Amino acid sequence: MNSRRKFGMVLLGAMLATAAVSVVQAAEPPLKVGLLEDVSGDLAFMGMPKLHGSQLAVEEINKSGGILGRQIELIHLDPQGDNARYQEFGRRLLNRDKVDVLIGGITSASREALRPIVDRTSTPYFYTNQYEGGVCDASMISMGAVPEQQFSTLIPWMVEKFGKKVYVIAADYNFGQISAEWNRKIMKDLGGEVVGEEFIPLGVSQFAQTIQNIQKAKPDWLLTINVGAAQDSFFEQAAAANLNLPMGSSIKVMLGFEHKRFKPPALNNMHATANWFEEIDTPEATEFKKRWHAKFPDELYINDMGYNAYNALYMYKALVEKAKSIKLEDMRKVIATGDACIDAPEGKVCIDPKSQHTSHRMRLISVGPKHEVKVEKDYGTIQPYWLGEIGCDLTKKNDKDQYTPSHLPKKS
Amino acid sequence: MSAELFSLFYQFADVFAFLILSAAGLAIVFGMMGVINMAHGEFIMCGAYVTVGLVNLGVPLAVAQILAALTAGFIGILVEFLVVRRFYKRPLDSLLATWGLSLIVTQSMLLIVGSAVRGIGTPEGSFAIGGYTFSTYRLVLFGCAVAVLAGLYTIFMKTRFGVIARATMQNAAMAKALGARTGRIYAISFGIGTGLAGLCGALYAPTMTLIPTMGATFVVESFVTVVIGGANVLLGTAPAAVFLAMIRMALNASYGQIIGQIGMLVAVILIIRVLPEGLSSVLVRRGR
Repeated sequence: MNSRRKFGMVLLGAMLATAAVSVVQAAEPPLKVGLLEDVSGDLAFMGMPKLHGSQLAVEEINKSGGILGRQIELIHLDPQGDNARYQEFGRRLLNRDKVDVLIGGITSASREALRPIVDRTSTPYFYTNQYEGGVCDASMISMGAVPEQQFSTLIPWMVEKFGKKVYVIAADYNFGQISAEWNRKIMKDLGGEVVGEEFIPLGVSQFAQTIQNIQKAKPDWLLTINVGAAQDSFFEQAAAANLNLPMGSSIKVMLGFEHKRFKPPALNNMHATANWFEEIDTPEATEFKKRWHAKFPDELYINDMGYNAYNALYMYKALVEKAKSIKLEDMRKVIATGDACIDAPEGKVCIDPKSQHTSHRMRLISVGPKHEVKVEKDYGTIQPYWLGEIGCDLTKKNDKDQYTPSHLPKKS
Repeated sequence: MSAELFSLFYQFADVFAFLILSAAGLAIVFGMMGVINMAHGEFIMCGAYVTVGLVNLGVPLAVAQILAALTAGFIGILVEFLVVRRFYKRPLDSLLATWGLSLIVTQSMLLIVGSAVRGIGTPEGSFAIGGYTFSTYRLVLFGCAVAVLAGLYTIFMKTRFGVIARATMQNAAMAKALGARTGRIYAISFGIGTGLAGLCGALYAPTMTLIPTMGATFVVESFVTVVIGGANVLLGTAPAAVFLAMIRMALNASYGQIIGQIGMLVAVILIIRVLPEGLSSVLVRRGR
């Protein structure tokens, strides 16, 4: 075989191979993943890691062969923290772009704005934040932690360690209101006392009066479920006024990374229960953080939302590959077996069939005077049990409702 | 008892300082010059970011704050020259132009500086009275607010520049005929206004979270104060701030922040209904 003919063969082979690849690609269009995350507006600092987590997961999955052999195409739109835009963009992704799965939403208000629109389609929707819990909806899969994982661990610990009197400052929308309700219920069960509750409109940044109201009520500790950059100014102002009270929260540190954004000791004595925080140093977590920072070297902090957003894509991959289908009903059959699990950087996490919420390895962390983060207690894996206990069973019926301790399903 | 009284004064001073500092710049730009400056919040943000940037470079806080106010002032003069100058006869178009500017600035800051910047911390210092502890820095803010009012009064009532500036705002053509360089007067006045906005951001920078949209938390209060104050800025802004601060403080203390905010805005609606020209119209009439 002379060299020219050899070259010709190689060329032919190469052309055939290219043709074969393009045939495969033509037969298997990419899976469309619709992503709605705020990367501008007031919540941009939290939303940016969510976009990054999704991008990292998509890149990794595509490199290792995609989902069922299909590549993923990520379509990200930025609703800028505006609930009306969430609805507009949600409709656009679902109806015009016909995405195969929808992921995203930051505030609980944005999720509740999206949910009715998702419910009218048969597209699966992943919500990737920790939240106030209670959504019993077959279209939604929740990846973040919920009150039975966060408050049922944190509040008893705070009461035991610091005392029975708590003062609550909460953002005035569904997340803050329902979280405060959870606190009232758990405090009542513990024989504790809520000595004050203050709901704060989003965007308020001045807290001199709140600080004095707290000092007047003389609580043993504070539950801080204030939301957004403006309301976070509370920590700086409370530290400047030397308020000096222990604090607990379901969203501080691991979500808003206030300990990185404020100068120490503003976040001193803050406590939170989290399934993820960047300071976790297990080998799996370290490996994950390394990959993240290699792709996004400027990331201030890998927050739990970003981490959950990363997991959401792997959970989607696991569900689709087990179901061998991208249809929601087939994926839900996999969830119903109780075998919808992935090996996440925190450890193994599974979707609970009754509520479609995710089990999590929970740790209680505290922040020190130099803003160093310490693990106070490791609770191991906690199931999202509450919805199942009160009668939500998505394997039997689809309630499409959000329950709270004062709004339980009707007994039938 | 004295602790309660002091606490009331402290809360009043806190809200008053917030209203005056956020409104002072707008009082000149909007109240006197009639430019609906939707980018007011972005000048505040500029002051805050420059302060934090300089402090991180090792500049002492007070110096950084003054430099930040000056920077915002210079940028203001530049913006006046490039954009605002063209809209003095079209106030509604100035609204659109400055709003566009505000969108461009917040988004550029997000892209260049990122979504969050590490804070610099409030200067140390707190004191206790009765069962309460207070931050000393909040009283410094109150002092600055009073100083800003005094400074404005001196500049616009006691100096030659002030007389010419007021004449220009009242009747630019006449002032020009009498030899005032009105173009320059406008530019300098706009610069003073944005410089004061920068000062507000600089003073609040240590106490707040820095994000590109932070100016928005000041804008509602500043417009409300200026509108309530009415046409005569130098006479109106201070009583407007006293009035709104009293209402907000009382409601905040007894019913919490939500009612405080609602109450303040309801008071604003009532005032505009009863005194369409603002508080200063009453004061000016009394004075005559």
